[in-house]
Amino acid sequence: MTLVPILSPLFLGVLRKIKAYFQNRVGASIFQPYRNLWKLFHKDEVISKDASWIFRFAPYLIFTITTILGASIPLFSTLLSTNLLSDFLTIVYLVALSTFFLALAGIDVGCVFGGLGSSREMTLAALTEGGFIFSFLVLAFLAHSTNLFSIASAVSTLPLFSFTPVVLAFISFIIVMLCETAHFPFDNPATHLELTMVHEAMILEYSGKRLALIEWAAANKFLIFLSLGANMFFPWGLTAQADIWQVFLALGVFVVKALILTTFVAVLESSIAKFRFFRLPDLLFTALILSTMAILLIY
Amino acid sequence: MYRLYSKIFSTHKTVIPVNDLFGDEKIEIIGKKLQKKIQQLFNGSLAIREVDTGSTNACEHELTALSNAYYDIERFGVSFVASPRHADMLMVTGPVSRNMREALIKTYEATPDPKIVVAVGDDAIDGGIFRDSYAILDGVDKVIPVDFKIPGDPPSPKTILCHLIKILEAIEEKDHQK
Amino acid sequence: MLNLISTQFSFFLALLFLAIGAIGSLIFAKKDWLANLWGNCLAILASVSGLVAAVKVLFFGETFTYVINSTLPNLSFSFVIDRLSALFIFIISLIALFSSIYALGYVKHFYKKYNLGVLGFFYNIFILGMLLVASAHNIFFFLIVWEIMSLSSYFLVIFENKEKNNIKAGSLYFIMTHVGTAFIMLAFLLLYQATGSLDFGIIKSNIGNASLLTKNLVFIFALIGFGTKAGIIPFHIWLPSAHPAAPTHVSALMSGVMIKTGIYMFIRIFVGILSGTELWWGVLILIIGIFSSMLGVLYALTEHDIKRLLAFHSIENIGIILLGIGSAMIFLSLNLKTMATLSLVAALFHTLNHATFKALLFLGAGSVISQTHTRNMEDYGGLIKYMPQTAFFFLIGSMAISALPPFNGFFSEWLTFQTIFMGIQTQDIFTKSIFILAAVGLAFTGGLAAACFVKAFGVTFLARPRSTEIFQAKEPEFSMRFGMLVLTFATLVLGIFAGSVSKTILGVVNDLTGFQQISGIFFTHRQTFELSNGFAAVSTPTIFVVLSIVLSLIYVLVEILTSRRKVKVGCTWDCGTELEPQMEITSTSFARSIIMIFKGVLKPSKQLEIEYRDANMRYFPTSRNVELGITDVYQYYFYQPLRTLLDRFSGYIKNVQIGILNAYITYVFLILLILLLTQSY
Repeated sequence: MTLVPILSPLFLGVLRKIKAYFQNRVGASIFQPYRNLWKLFHKDEVISKDASWIFRFAPYLIFTITTILGASIPLFSTLLSTNLLSDFLTIVYLVALSTFFLALAGIDVGCVFGGLGSSREMTLAALTEGGFIFSFLVLAFLAHSTNLFSIASAVSTLPLFSFTPVVLAFISFIIVMLCETAHFPFDNPATHLELTMVHEAMILEYSGKRLALIEWAAANKFLIFLSLGANMFFPWGLTAQADIWQVFLALGVFVVKALILTTFVAVLESSIAKFRFFRLPDLLFTALILSTMAILLIY
Repeated sequence: MYRLYSKIFSTHKTVIPVNDLFGDEKIEIIGKKLQKKIQQLFNGSLAIREVDTGSTNACEHELTALSNAYYDIERFGVSFVASPRHADMLMVTGPVSRNMREALIKTYEATPDPKIVVAVGDDAIDGGIFRDSYAILDGVDKVIPVDFKIPGDPPSPKTILCHLIKILEAIEEKDHQK
Repeated sequence: MLNLISTQFSFFLALLFLAIGAIGSLIFAKKDWLANLWGNCLAILASVSGLVAAVKVLFFGETFTYVINSTLPNLSFSFVIDRLSALFIFIISLIALFSSIYALGYVKHFYKKYNLGVLGFFYNIFILGMLLVASAHNIFFFLIVWEIMSLSSYFLVIFENKEKNNIKAGSLYFIMTHVGTAFIMLAFLLLYQATGSLDFGIIKSNIGNASLLTKNLVFIFALIGFGTKAGIIPFHIWLPSAHPAAPTHVSALMSGVMIKTGIYMFIRIFVGILSGTELWWGVLILIIGIFSSMLGVLYALTEHDIKRLLAFHSIENIGIILLGIGSAMIFLSLNLKTMATLSLVAALFHTLNHATFKALLFLGAGSVISQTHTRNMEDYGGLIKYMPQTAFFFLIGSMAISALPPFNGFFSEWLTFQTIFMGIQTQDIFTKSIFILAAVGLAFTGGLAAACFVKAFGVTFLARPRSTEIFQAKEPEFSMRFGMLVLTFATLVLGIFAGSVSKTILGVVNDLTGFQQISGIFFTHRQTFELSNGFAAVSTPTIFVVLSIVLSLIYVLVEILTSRRKVKVGCTWDCGTELEPQMEITSTSFARSIIMIFKGVLKPSKQLEIEYRDANMRYFPTSRNVELGITDVYQYYFYQPLRTLLDRFSGYIKNVQIGILNAYITYVFLILLILLLTQSY
């Protein structure tokens, strides 16, 4: 359960490091996000007097949800399967719950940028849900189950010719992942221009420990999506045994797969520019259509 | 796309390495000391918010240059942030025009404790070349309490880095004196 | 104790209470407080006995049939409460109970302005009508009580008759509901002609002999007729004007329950009475469901009147229910009985859920409106500080309608998704594509509904007040809050105990379809719902428990670790400027991105008017006026041409009445001639 929160800042650090290399810089060390979180937990907070209990409560809820999600998805083994929470629709709707509260927190303070960010975030979240559900639906039909652990073990035993739907679903999932985790081309996580922010705009008002919780939750979400992409679509390397060496090997394979995906995201971020906002729905509808094609290919 | 990648991979690294910043011994210590101080004080991460209170933008250019591929302040754990709520240090430039007085006070109040205020440039310290003008308030310390000052018009990025070190040294001494 | 009271007794007791309440309100109309108390308390008592009757049928299986034969031919007052009726009586009574509790406090702001006796009279008759509609079993009787329900709701819609808009809304509602009733009558007459009987039970057994054409026509007419009441697109145009016009507790009843009577008759006729469903019936209903849900939520996003927004969401949820019914009919025509049962369970569960959270939302909106005296969301803001409890109830309602776990909306949408997924796995490419479209529609609807409720809740309750009336707002009366509190509790309970509720609804569906042996569609083990073929499982209590535990753990952990940090209260960071109310996000701007993305469907219009200081040299404007609107496509493309056609047709017919006596005598002679000739052949 604590594996995802512990590992997630590392992947964020690796992402930024790779981007720095592309920009010909050295960049911060890969453990920098840990130091940032540590410092933020030691700072005081300033909360606006217009904010209500939702503003104060939202970071806890969002962090809780990402922790729970981290415990419900297969990271390195199909053993510790919390069957009851691993249904993919439950995962999608839990992510929607965290987005709901983040958007409310953005509106809560009554500043211009928060509302702007919330509006854009909810627009993108509404359109992404289709692609998200459908990319997993492809796998669910192939595996005859919606439980993530069963999907993982079933996809690893699929014959080769049924891989076209999986590849299409993976491409669609990548687009959804980029949107949900606020990376290029949907959002620039390092921007200072409020008119281009989507996720950052909603957290402009947070400070101190609540900011730490939200940033940590964003890192968690990134790792969760990375592991979903790595372990659902390419699930080789997941152990089914409780042997300690197998577990370490599986952990290593998981870290390698996640690093490959991180590198891909970093290269993408360094190669293309952020899209104009009204070009994004086209991209999201493309994700949906790719998954639909994949479903039609299965049968 | 391929040309872009080949250009990226074939360009030599241009970051000023900490060891041979123009071969100056003083600057050598600056590099290392900055990292250690920040590690001790803000535990390896410092978030800076830059406030422009009516400056000539010369200081802003120099501050922007701090995060380019030459000086690369990010490798020391320092970063510029988008909101004073996220910031630890306020770097104020410009001689505080009358219109920006209230904005500066609001920015100061919006930054959570513990915080450091640094006045960058001669304008911010005491009005600089605009001193005694009717339109300005002659320096940041007339409006908000300033902890440290970096002189220069504008100070070069190397000077800013240099003074950041001296500033953090002073804090540690103050802490020890208490 | 429940064994002592029979279903029959409690049901008729409910009807009696309502009748007494209606007449008593009129008698006591002079004294406002007495009329209010009498009308609403008797409605509460009636709802309680209705609940008892429904519970007895649902859990103890004591269905009842009761016939009062009258002297008029073909008219017999026959009541049959089987499990399906009992479910709807349960829904009606539940919502009526809480609306009446709410109304005790709410109608106080009608004192001295409107006649509360009339309100009490029509309110009780309305609930009476709905209860009778759910239990009527004879065509004429049904039509009579249907008309009672529609007329009483019409009078309730125009109750606040000092506002012109309410009268217009009422007239539109009146016309549309009678158009619907006309189609219903056509459908019933066809059924009578095919089977020779007016009783639903006898029709059901004899309908097998009817021709295919009859069945198709009955389907079409019933779809249009009951669809008008349910509010499917494109017959929905009365809904967005009528629901806001009525007083809030009536809106809650209309939106939560009255449109469900249309769904009730859909299920009764299409699944219960008409045997041998065609494939294209199910496909048509599924397509209507897709359009209703997507268009409903898109139009809801364009609204800034809070009650119109909620009315459009009713259309959206009816669309979701129709998705369930449509898939059920498709499965029935393909003879896939287990899947059809699951779809019906999903549709009925969503009916129950929607009634609860829609009523909760309307009651919350009504509290806000009664305090701020405006329905325009752009004037709200910051109400969470003045009405914190109402804000909390509205938040729970918003979370339930956006299908967020662990509330009840999540479970019924999950079930609907599962039935559509099962549909996608069918062999036929045509049905498969329709189901894929349905899944796309449902996925988008869920997301857009969440966006709409972030807008509704955020703009109304959060941030700073946008107008001065907000500062006078305070928490409403206790009875209003109590009604909302129990409904909030109900959404959570229905969500957590979804397993047991779905088992009960399964009993309802099995009773209706007669597939008695189908029990292995899903397992519910300690509230974990699992499909039999192992495809999916969900456990809402687990989600709730895990969320609460981990949340408290994390909160305690963070608080302990950071106990020495201080929290200072300051101003919102506004880049150093003064924050004015106009700088906050408005509901129009929040939804603008989505409207622009879907502009092909919504057809937004923008009018810009600029006044210049010098009209010749247009350099310095003195004022700018922007008007953003949405074209009403239904009015333009569908109803206006119909109206023009009708006008023109009437114009031609008008020429028959020339006014010359000789022409009239010629007409009489011609008709006599024709009749004699036809009779002789």
